[in-house]
Amino acid sequence: MNPISPQLGLTRRTFLQDCGVGTGKMALASLLAASTSAKASAPETHLPGHVKPHHVPSVKAVIHLFMAGAPSQLELFTEKPLLRELEGQPLPDSVLGDQRYAFIQANAGVLGPQFNFGKHGESGQEISEVLPHLHTIADDICMFRAVHSDQFNHAPGQLFFNTGFGQPGRPSIGSWTMYALGAETQELPAYVVMNTGGGLSGGAGLYSSGFLPTVNTGVMFRNQGPPILNVSTPDGLSEAIQQGTFDLIKRLNQKQFTQLKDPEIQTRIASFEMAARLQVSAPELMDLSQESQETLDLYGCKPEQASFARACLLARRMVQRGVRYINIFHSGWDAHSNVKGTCSSKATQTDQASVGLVQDLKRLGMLNDTLVVWGGEFGRTPMVEQNPTLGRSNGRDHHPQAYTIWMAGGSMKPGFAMGQTDDFGFHPTEDAVHVHDIQATILHQMGLDHERLTYHHAGRDFRLTDVHGKVISKALS
Amino acid sequence: MKHALLILTILLLAITPGYSERPDAISFTRDIRPILSNKCYKCHGPDEDARVSEMRLDTQAGLFDKAIPPVSPHNLKKSQLIQRVLATDPDIKMPPASANKDLTAEELELLQAWVRQGADWEPHWAFQPVRDPKVIQRRGDWGNSGLDSFILSKLREANLSPSQAADPHTLIRRLYLDLIGIPPSVEELDDAIQTVFDQQGHILAEPYSALVDKLIDRPQYGERWARRWLDLARYADTNGYEKDRDRNMWPYRDWVIQSINSRMPFHQFTIEQLAGDLLPGATANQRIATGFHRNTMLNEEGGIDPLEFRFYAMTDRVATTGTTWLGLTTGCAQCHTHKYDPITHRQYYEFMAFMNNTDEPEMDIPDTNIDQQHQDNLARAVTLIGELEQHYNKAGKSLETEYPKWLSEQRSRRRNWSYLSPDKMSTNLPHLELEPDHIVYASGDSTKHDVFELEYDVEATGIQAIRLEALPDARLPNYGPGMTNYEGTIGDFFLTEFLLTVDGKPVRFTKALHSYAKNRYGNQDTSAALMIDGDIQTGWSVHNGQGQRHLAVLKPEQPIPAGRWKLEMHFGRHFSSSLGKFRLSVATDDRPLSTEELGDTAESLLTIPDNEQTAAQRNILRHEFLLLAPELKEQAGRIRKLQQKPPYQRAMVMQERPLQNPRQTYRHHRGEFLSPKEEVTPEPLAFLHQYNDDLPKNRLGFAQWIIDPTNPLTARVVVNRHWDAFFGKGIVATVDDFGFQGTPPTHPDLLDHLASKLIENNWSIQWLHKYIATSATYQQSSVFQAATLNKDPGNHLLSYFPRTRLDAEIIRDSVLQSAGLLSEKMYGPPVKPLQPQGVSTAAYGSPKWVASIGEDRYRRSIYTYTKRTAPFAMFNTFDGPSGEFCTAKRDRSNTALQALTMLNDVMFLDIAKQFGKELAEQKSSAAETLSLAYKRIFSRPPTVDEMSEVLDFYHSAKDHYRSNPELANVFTGLDGVEGIESASWAVVVRALFSTDEVVTRN
Repeated sequence: MNPISPQLGLTRRTFLQDCGVGTGKMALASLLAASTSAKASAPETHLPGHVKPHHVPSVKAVIHLFMAGAPSQLELFTEKPLLRELEGQPLPDSVLGDQRYAFIQANAGVLGPQFNFGKHGESGQEISEVLPHLHTIADDICMFRAVHSDQFNHAPGQLFFNTGFGQPGRPSIGSWTMYALGAETQELPAYVVMNTGGGLSGGAGLYSSGFLPTVNTGVMFRNQGPPILNVSTPDGLSEAIQQGTFDLIKRLNQKQFTQLKDPEIQTRIASFEMAARLQVSAPELMDLSQESQETLDLYGCKPEQASFARACLLARRMVQRGVRYINIFHSGWDAHSNVKGTCSSKATQTDQASVGLVQDLKRLGMLNDTLVVWGGEFGRTPMVEQNPTLGRSNGRDHHPQAYTIWMAGGSMKPGFAMGQTDDFGFHPTEDAVHVHDIQATILHQMGLDHERLTYHHAGRDFRLTDVHGKVISKALS
Repeated sequence: MKHALLILTILLLAITPGYSERPDAISFTRDIRPILSNKCYKCHGPDEDARVSEMRLDTQAGLFDKAIPPVSPHNLKKSQLIQRVLATDPDIKMPPASANKDLTAEELELLQAWVRQGADWEPHWAFQPVRDPKVIQRRGDWGNSGLDSFILSKLREANLSPSQAADPHTLIRRLYLDLIGIPPSVEELDDAIQTVFDQQGHILAEPYSALVDKLIDRPQYGERWARRWLDLARYADTNGYEKDRDRNMWPYRDWVIQSINSRMPFHQFTIEQLAGDLLPGATANQRIATGFHRNTMLNEEGGIDPLEFRFYAMTDRVATTGTTWLGLTTGCAQCHTHKYDPITHRQYYEFMAFMNNTDEPEMDIPDTNIDQQHQDNLARAVTLIGELEQHYNKAGKSLETEYPKWLSEQRSRRRNWSYLSPDKMSTNLPHLELEPDHIVYASGDSTKHDVFELEYDVEATGIQAIRLEALPDARLPNYGPGMTNYEGTIGDFFLTEFLLTVDGKPVRFTKALHSYAKNRYGNQDTSAALMIDGDIQTGWSVHNGQGQRHLAVLKPEQPIPAGRWKLEMHFGRHFSSSLGKFRLSVATDDRPLSTEELGDTAESLLTIPDNEQTAAQRNILRHEFLLLAPELKEQAGRIRKLQQKPPYQRAMVMQERPLQNPRQTYRHHRGEFLSPKEEVTPEPLAFLHQYNDDLPKNRLGFAQWIIDPTNPLTARVVVNRHWDAFFGKGIVATVDDFGFQGTPPTHPDLLDHLASKLIENNWSIQWLHKYIATSATYQQSSVFQAATLNKDPGNHLLSYFPRTRLDAEIIRDSVLQSAGLLSEKMYGPPVKPLQPQGVSTAAYGSPKWVASIGEDRYRRSIYTYTKRTAPFAMFNTFDGPSGEFCTAKRDRSNTALQALTMLNDVMFLDIAKQFGKELAEQKSSAAETLSLAYKRIFSRPPTVDEMSEVLDFYHSAKDHYRSNPELANVFTGLDGVEGIESASWAVVVRALFSTDEVVTRN
């Protein structure tokens, strides 16, 4: 007897649909495909999507370079000469309003820009001298110079950017995307997270599936050892043993299925098959010997060393292998003291690779299909942070009102900038963009309407953008 | 073929909810309200602000409002609702296209059929009182109890029959996994198979029932069921958010285990957790129970507003209480009136007000062992003090010459301090209370910049010095003297400015000294002098000096005159850090400024002239001298240590606020912390049962209201959750939502039967467990029934027992138990099993994971350290909760990462290797050894087929390792034959652990 009868495939389908258990679990499609003997032609996915794209997607994949800790827009992107003139003097009350701060008093004096700025590319994008590589792709990127957030602390700010909510427990953008569109690769996790700075303020909540099915959680790649947890065969087990083990498990599971006829056992068998494939595909992904020296140099990547540059190159390789959503977190931008030094060192670690990634995608013809997002959770104050008790000087505090983010690829307008701030860099004066707008735009690029992508939980339909957010159509070509 | 399948799929999917064929009679509850709720209530429901027209469809009055009418029974034409949903004109058609809530053809048909049939209306079932439906049992019917009769009757309606009982091995394993969360030992298994079944394998009711009792009485029962409760309680061992530091939460976890094991009735279990501190003569355990709502997260990130995150914790408490006890999604009403259920925006905050009037301290857990140890230490200290003089003499010193010198120095140093009591106290927020002995105690909420203002009528004049005592107290975080309870050093303070005016004129200080000062941050300065420097960013703190008394003394430029003194003290840094307990005193004598003082008694004895001292008094002073003598530093250090009280374990608890300092609750516009509107008072949800007039309007009354037997929700919600635990799915599938948006019960009568019987049986969860576990429904085989596939594809009617994947913790515990490694040690601080490197370090501060050693590595999973921002990898992979929010139902995924975990995770490898070694040491044939392994892992012997498959693998592995002994050594760390044998069995065990049967309850 064929162990998988059509009814069983059907039952499982129905079972998944109406009890909410196991939705999005592996191998449903392959199960159905196998059961109809159409295996060869039917596309298999291990993570089915739940939503048909609402419109034609602009991109297949997103690479989000998250600059955790909040880079200073006043050192990197927006020149405010007035701050230099007024150095040491407090801002007018009319500007300050009743904003609360993490560390400083609102009446702290302002701090002038710590770097020189220039206009770059034909588009004349304003970028500081500390990001020399970014100058070279000024005409490829789309800049948002008046982004604002609701949160003024790191963990809530990072969670807010990545999940639309300031406390842990909601699904990340990547999880929403996976839930909606599913996976295209069976060889690798389709939602990958890398972290190349220190530990993350937002923690695992930044790539959590929240209330969505847990299979939509981002898979954290480690910097040491095999990237995926437990992906390598332990020492002392030869290939023969490992293969024999997989075979034995399959036969035992098959016997169990013959006896009990529960399709979930077939799913388990499929899980192990995918596990075996991961053991091959993960090392292949990580093997940078396939890349030319010229490519490595473009990113500034040393293959043996975990770094932001290596993560960027891996991200490009992942996109080539069908990974849909990639988060690279790089923390350390939190310049409460010595904002000049912090920006210099962080720029050294990230500028070349971020730019290399865009250039590489472009020359490979992938930039049209890939969205790159670069930015942090909020910006930094025009006012200086000095605190003898904490040993801080010439820093900047957290500033949710206005900061800068850039994106490239997909249908983002290249060489475009929108958003203006006042002469202090304090408030937006034109084309302000909210974090929810950025989120709506990322989903939009993936073919998803942020207002229609909902999930029923705890008595209501949840959205990534809650009841807010507008696609930034002005920046889309 | 493929097309046919697709069509069949669509047909089947169209029939929601999928069980049984739909009877012709339309049921409002089952068929109609879900449509109205899903598609219409958002704009025509309870939320007034969202209602765009007069038409209201969530109430009977609204639906049949004659003036419109939305629904006119038997009359489709007159029914506006029907006309609007059928309309083709997009301006008239409902729901509007913009709502994105189009009705399906089936829904349209149902609505029309309902009106045609007369539009019977029923109130929402879950808000109606629990009934006690009559059990109808016919002679010879299948089943053991009323429970089975209700199941049978639904099966009959659908023309289905129940399955036969599971085979004995499967059933015993199921029972063990369900009741105590681990499989039976081989002896227990063999014993149960012999005693619980007859020769034909039929269940013997009495021995079976006795086995259930025996399992419920096992301590592991509490560990298994506490874990489910901790999901709801969002238990974790860390605070969450960025810093995610450790917290003292495990005494609460232990309380849950103990309460379940002591068979505490659920109503008491409820009251103690919500309001144990308010019970008359509350015991320490009853206070620990209130840890339930201390499981909220605590943001310790630098610079946050502590009150903002306290507000979020309160919203979490409301949501968690709603889910856990009422099965209601109260969270929806935080920002606006609930779109579906009858909870208004204001009611949400009235509900919150019950729980909002609390402080959140830590308490010492009484411990007679510690008390005894302290007594013993003190006695030892007395002995050692008696030996001091001898040591002093040995050091070549003479007490008779040195002591009088010292005494006279001390007398000339001593100042005559007199205490001041304020007659007026105010602050920006904390509450100040004048306690006996001129002491001021601060409590309540604190901000990042607190200002204490104290006024004194001072009669003495010519004051030369002021002394500020910062005093420890068990009521304060980490015993004080500070109020800092997050981010900084817990129990520290940071006094930034000390400003004094006399009759409005500022007093200038020239000098300030401290007895102790330390900054937690870097090497930056902190000192009493910095609190008179005019810089609000600098000040005095006592990091690492918690639980001790500290002094600051200040010298004024000019002696301070009598008059109306007004003292202003500023506290705070990037976190709140006020002083929790202090006292002010002044001295008029002209002595050098110093913080030097003897112990309390000795200091006061200095005023008594030598010739008036008693022998005892003289001894105190002489001992004080000896303890301070540089020559006896080492001995004195030992004595001081013995004199210190050993710390009690502390627990996080809730405590009602003092009457003098109630906390106000406000309605918050759009649910925003910064938008408080009118004040509200505690009020119950009016659409539920009555709030008894005798009950106080506080947490205790609230808890009693919740657990009132007339509450239509709680008993149903509780039995449903336990049903879900046994059958993998609730009678109400949405275990966390019994509101309009929830799924109607598959077996309404059974649900009410269980709920009413639970109350009748004094809310005994153990009764419920036994009732379920002894039912024929539970005892059924889990083999898929072909007959069910078309009639009840989701097996909602339970014509066979549903297999479910086990919870992460049960998988780990079972594997440990199979390998004979599971520790039986209960309770105490969390422990760390092995887990791969690189998991914990992803969190802030990149903390290392240092696995526990010895048996702590192999404890029950409920004791595993739970870090919110970096959950334990294996639990996370198997859908364990992160403790960030109330989880009523876990996901049950089935993924490749799980496969890799079972195969390669260091924890499972370690277990497999040890088990392999043990099997290798068996003095029996390979077949016998394998049979043993099978019984330990699967609670059954292998089939002939399995035996040969697995032995083949074993032999080929052994051949392989024989030819590659170095590989066996790498794997097991053992040499020669021992290594080969161990490795061969270990790889067998590793494969068996990876089978579906290990992670599933059959």
